[in-house]
Amino acid sequence: MAEVDKPVLDVRNLRVEFPGRRGVATALSDVSLSIRPGEILGVVGESGAGKSMTGLAIQGLLEQPGRIAEGEIWLADRRIDNLDDRAMEKIRGREIGAIFQDPLTSLNPLFTVGAQLTETIRQHLTLKKGEARARAISLLKDVGIPSPEERFDQYPHQFSGGMRQRVVIALALAAAPKLIIADEPTTALDVSIQAQITSLLRRLCKEKRTAVMLVTHDMGVIAETADRIAVMYAGRLVEIGPVEQVLSAPTHPYTRGLMASIPELGARVKHLNQIDGSMPRLDAVPAGCAFNPRCKEAGPRCLRERPGLLPVGAGASACWLNAGGTA
Amino acid sequence: MTAMTVQKTPALSVDRLVKSFDVSAPWLNRVVERKPRQYLQAVSDISFEVPLGGCLSLVGESGCGKSTVARLVTGLYRANSGEMRFALGADGKPLSAQMIFQDPYASLNPRWRVKNIIAEPLRELKLRNSAAEINERVVELLKTVGLSASDGDKFPHEFSGGQRQRISIARALASEPRFLVCDEPTSALDVSVQAQVLNLMRRLQDEFGLTYLFISHDMSVVRHMSDRIAVMYLGRIVEEGDTEDLFAKPRHPYTQLLLETIPNVKHPHRDRIVAGGEVPSPLKPPSGCPFHPRCPIATARCSAELPPIRTLAGGTRVACHLVAE
Repeated sequence: MAEVDKPVLDVRNLRVEFPGRRGVATALSDVSLSIRPGEILGVVGESGAGKSMTGLAIQGLLEQPGRIAEGEIWLADRRIDNLDDRAMEKIRGREIGAIFQDPLTSLNPLFTVGAQLTETIRQHLTLKKGEARARAISLLKDVGIPSPEERFDQYPHQFSGGMRQRVVIALALAAAPKLIIADEPTTALDVSIQAQITSLLRRLCKEKRTAVMLVTHDMGVIAETADRIAVMYAGRLVEIGPVEQVLSAPTHPYTRGLMASIPELGARVKHLNQIDGSMPRLDAVPAGCAFNPRCKEAGPRCLRERPGLLPVGAGASACWLNAGGTA
Repeated sequence: MTAMTVQKTPALSVDRLVKSFDVSAPWLNRVVERKPRQYLQAVSDISFEVPLGGCLSLVGESGCGKSTVARLVTGLYRANSGEMRFALGADGKPLSAQMIFQDPYASLNPRWRVKNIIAEPLRELKLRNSAAEINERVVELLKTVGLSASDGDKFPHEFSGGQRQRISIARALASEPRFLVCDEPTSALDVSVQAQVLNLMRRLQDEFGLTYLFISHDMSVVRHMSDRIAVMYLGRIVEEGDTEDLFAKPRHPYTQLLLETIPNVKHPHRDRIVAGGEVPSPLKPPSGCPFHPRCPIATARCSAELPPIRTLAGGTRVACHLVAE
């Protein structure tokens, strides 16, 4: 990956709020990340950590009354967080493709796979019917569907789960977007199919130089697919960096705990490491570092002051322990 | 066939269990479209033993019949044929089984307080006499699973996924079962929470001498929990062996495929060649060995003849023509 590439996606200090009767809940706070062409950024975290929320905010799909309170989102050279609904509609599908968790619900059961593909293609690109069909068939071929000409006229229920997810990927790629946001694309699939889909995603992203934001809670999928990892906790980014560094030498205590709690295949242990307690609710995030109540290494500074992302190695980590050793 | 190397008496022995479901179209459609009745064989001819105080895991992809086995064992389904036998407990009665379900969001009644959810088996089975005794037992159970007594007054929605799974475990333990069937107990949970629940289950096993039949598709979780593993494919057991053995030396090509595709966090092999193919529909299982269409080493014999399950030296059982003794 050339370092000179301009990022496709640049999120700067994003803050998302949900005003409610009992005050304002902050779903995302000070999230900054960027993805370059042909790069896969894996976003991990527990449920409720804000990883899907980040994806939705980028696509302009925040549910009411959610709002972007601070920060900017840039797609290539264009700021997209302040666009109106009409303009965002044009960007979704054309410039940002989406892959969702459940391939059954993201396809319309009443239309053939071919009709859905050509509809998407012709919505975004000016192509004649025949050309759109040819493009749809070549897309189906790209995603590894055998005999695409026949499959073109079949309905989603005639496809298996793995094949359906391939169709969804073809749909996301239909208009050759710059960025694909894949939210738990393999969670509904079996392990052997999961491996097929992640390697497909990886191959297509490299070939077409598409930037991918891969949102998942599965560290295994991230390890095998992503180039860089962003770890989220309680609506904040706690660590971001190249995949090797974050997985083998994590610098944030939360990432360390997360990695240690995965049952290892190599050695068998009687007792798994666990992080005691649970993630705070978004309306009850403690002062200072959000992880401090569960952190064994927390010092007085962690209770008072919120750490920002501090550069560590090739990545960055939001922990005072990395700021000269005094927490 | 059931000559295994388990020294202890098995807590549960299952012999040639078969379960099929009638999935025929309605009568009128069958008559008009001249279609015969159609059956789905979810579990075909399965035999296994669960060692007392141990843990046997059933692994396999969706649709392989592992959850059907769980439901057969707990009596939620009736088998078409075959036999299941629980060992006798200290009181001379067969061991009682309880189940922990996959989805802690769907398996707890949202309108009941937690204390009533846990107390229900006590009341229904008349295990305690007075309200005070029931209350005392509920508090004890809550503490056993790492919750506090005051949590009993709350409703399930006030808890996180991991805490809800603790409540389901407390409910399952209420009737003092010796045998627990756990159907994907952690697959709806996050990793850090998964570790908490797995540790809790291990501790309870030691404390109460529980026997587990554990069902999961996650090989790393299975390895952590089980003494023996049975790999299922399209309703059959294709390989069964001691955990360490099976991981060190998988015999059946399907077991090899499963082990190969586990994403490895510490040593990711990113640019591997991924085996193609998918699980065929159980309505139209392939002839011969059910795995032969995906098998890299299949021969003509595999598509013609169903391999019987054989016991190898060392106690591993495997159903493959091509595995040497």
